[in-house]
Amino acid sequence: MRIEWMNGVASVPEHVSEHASELAAGAGVSRRNFMKAAGVLGGGLVLGFFVPGANRFANAQAPKAVYAPNAFLRIAPDNTITVAVNRLEFGQGVNTGLPMLIAEELDADWSQMRSELAPAADVYKDPLFGIQMTGGSGTINHSYTQYREIGARARAMLVAAAAQQWKVPPEKCKTAKGMIIGPSGQRVSYGSVADAAMKLPLPEKVTLKDPKQFHIIGKPTPRLDARAKSNGSQKFGIDNYPQGVKVAVVARPTVFGAKVGKLDASKAKAIKGVLDVFEIATDRGGRGVAVIADGYWPAKQGRDALLIEWDNSGVEKVSSDEQLNAYKALAAQPGIVAKDADISKLASAPQKIIAEYEFPYLAHAPMEPLNCVVDLKAGSCVVWAGTQFQTIDQGAIARTAGLKPEQVTLNTMMAGGGFGRRAVPTSDYLVEAVNVAKAYMASGKSGPVKVMWSREDDIRGGYYRPSHVHRAEIGLDETGNIVAWNHTVVGQSILTGTPFESMMVKNGVDATMIEGIGEPYQVPLKLSVHNAKQNVPVLWWRSVGSTHNAFVMETLIDEAARLAGADPVAYRKQLIGKDHPRHITALNLAVEKSGYGKKALPAGHAWGVAVHESFGTVVAYVVEASVDKGVPKLHQVTGAIHCNRAVNPMSIEAQAQGAILMGLGTTLPGAAITLKDGVVNQQNFSDYMVARMPDMPKVEIHIVPSDDPPSGMGEPGLPPLAPAFANAIAKLTGKRMRKLPFDLANA
Amino acid sequence: MVTLNINGHDTQVEADPSTPILWTLRDNLNMTGTKFGCGAALCGACTVHLNGQPIRSCVTPISAAVGQKITTIEAMESDKVGKAVQDAWVKHDVPQCGYCQSGQVMSATALLKSNKNPSDADIDSAMSGNICRCGTYQRIRAAIKDASKALA
Repeated sequence: MRIEWMNGVASVPEHVSEHASELAAGAGVSRRNFMKAAGVLGGGLVLGFFVPGANRFANAQAPKAVYAPNAFLRIAPDNTITVAVNRLEFGQGVNTGLPMLIAEELDADWSQMRSELAPAADVYKDPLFGIQMTGGSGTINHSYTQYREIGARARAMLVAAAAQQWKVPPEKCKTAKGMIIGPSGQRVSYGSVADAAMKLPLPEKVTLKDPKQFHIIGKPTPRLDARAKSNGSQKFGIDNYPQGVKVAVVARPTVFGAKVGKLDASKAKAIKGVLDVFEIATDRGGRGVAVIADGYWPAKQGRDALLIEWDNSGVEKVSSDEQLNAYKALAAQPGIVAKDADISKLASAPQKIIAEYEFPYLAHAPMEPLNCVVDLKAGSCVVWAGTQFQTIDQGAIARTAGLKPEQVTLNTMMAGGGFGRRAVPTSDYLVEAVNVAKAYMASGKSGPVKVMWSREDDIRGGYYRPSHVHRAEIGLDETGNIVAWNHTVVGQSILTGTPFESMMVKNGVDATMIEGIGEPYQVPLKLSVHNAKQNVPVLWWRSVGSTHNAFVMETLIDEAARLAGADPVAYRKQLIGKDHPRHITALNLAVEKSGYGKKALPAGHAWGVAVHESFGTVVAYVVEASVDKGVPKLHQVTGAIHCNRAVNPMSIEAQAQGAILMGLGTTLPGAAITLKDGVVNQQNFSDYMVARMPDMPKVEIHIVPSDDPPSGMGEPGLPPLAPAFANAIAKLTGKRMRKLPFDLANA
Repeated sequence: MVTLNINGHDTQVEADPSTPILWTLRDNLNMTGTKFGCGAALCGACTVHLNGQPIRSCVTPISAAVGQKITTIEAMESDKVGKAVQDAWVKHDVPQCGYCQSGQVMSATALLKSNKNPSDADIDSAMSGNICRCGTYQRIRAAIKDASKALA
């Protein structure tokens, strides 16, 4: 069910946009102002709900009234409590985690809770980022106070309403499990006082619970969508079939940004079910051909039948082998200095590690292929998409359609994974879908169009984790102490040329390229970068820069420990600075729980260790691996997670398990996107390989107890996995993995 | 017009006989529980049962299913084994994004129908054709074992 009840937002844009622009400008908007603005929205929302036929939800469920102290929460007379999730849900569990925050402060019964994904609107912007988005592992930590305050305010209003009815002071009332309990034992449900509460003023100030009182936050809580996702009833973006929808697939240029030279669409048009064929603008200034049909199958058959001669004349044609050579040459030269240090002791150091690392492009390959439904009309555009980037996409859709952002309705759909691919600064797949809809409209047709990507389109569609070369020269003294470390990174900047450039690219250094290099180790590390320009679109991929930086750091520290003849755990702890106590805590916990150094391993098995902080969370892994007939195998992972306050331990464990599998996937054969003459070599899961069930190690996750506000969890579990595995392989074989995916035979 | 037996009902569909079962289910019949993941029998998201055997509906034309019995995720709640699998999925909080889970449930149900007490190796083998990018494999293993116990 979508959130048409949020449409009330459109009627009071002045409050919202004023607040939003303050937020976007980074002005210190007080929480109180925010809540008041939200309260105004709540009023509009409720009124909108009473317009007959104005929304599907009202018609379908026919509740008599609804209470919404603000646009994030709806307490219905039937006692259901629906939370608007200001994010995309694509597996990470926020449509359970955010309702937990509200339910906690509201004292709701968990069985009352429901959640819906909010459409694009200013009120749903991330309180820190200033745009509506899902990324940077930021949902729970950024909205931790925001959602709790919403719950606390709603609770105060419900209590006030009940107290008024009973003619007792509100402070004499208690709440528990969705009920208000009066001083003489009177009991009333939230739903039954919701209407009365709606008429009361929004409280200026509420006090949040002392964490000691928490009974929902911190409790392992199954997902609200677990049943729907087990019986096939959960609707994803791809399952959206608005009345009269037609399906389009697009033949995109085989080299990024190329154009259509010659097109013969006659065979495609002859296929039954194919309605029309249009040449359209595609990403990066390219041109493509859209085939529109009654369904996906005829559309795809139509596309297969197109005869297209591509015009590749104006575009750079990247080949991976040439790129690698060029990157290696650059890595040997000093680049833009990102971190300076005195490395004068390097030349005379008695021991040295000289290492060069290679990382390929990686596709995100979420299980649900990209798709986008566009219903374009004169003066309006309604879009349905599983997007991580509502604010940016809404603007891009408006520009492409020649509309104002407020004429664009962008509905957030449940998404089958994303891992970063649905947070695109260029809004590539949405802009393209609008271009298809424009062509369709220009041909005199009307109605919604669903643009669908095949798996091949997805694998070859760009926006990859950038390929990188790292080069490190480390000098060690006789006892194995690191005395100088010269480090160079070569790769494409993700953020240059995007709206994030001004904030996150400083003096030519993209923060995402270097995150996780250096800290927490107290070593004299000089870091420089080379920004390569390549005609391959790149993007963040679960844990972004840490996908490669953690690997380099954690394998090199391990190697230095071996050179020093030290235990790699003890060596790390000695080098971790005093301002990184969480690293030590996490490392100690993983070591203790795994039995590292105490438990005897089976013959041919070895330990590997790594620790890394990303998105504010420290993750330490102790792994057990073997090498059988030249094939490395990961058997067991013991993880310690320091994510501060653990809101939903069940979800934290799931995120760690998932990140471990994805991190492991980067080490396995076939985990690479390569190009030849500008064309991507891989096509599907047959040649772009991902981890499968037999690859999954036994995973045991432990959470460090903490009372500090939560830090990120969607991504931090990924970075330390591959280096821990590599360190175990090095222990077993003496060979250092310098290349991902692992290639032990040629290491 | 092609007649297909889907979840025990004879259903007439207006589709070319070469159309894969997947697209007939989704685009003709609006049965969206069966998912499109790869279109090439590589990921298992589209798994349905044909006469009880798990098949990849994205590469199986409806012409191959005429006179046969197609069973989809939508029928699993009324199937003893399928329901036990789904209950175990919920108990173990298996799904993350959930997109692959229809296919996982269909493969797991087929496994338990042919092997009441699968070992880890049996599970890995039967489920290796179903990709989950979110990494729910460990919980799937546990849930299959749990379902097996519940059915014993």
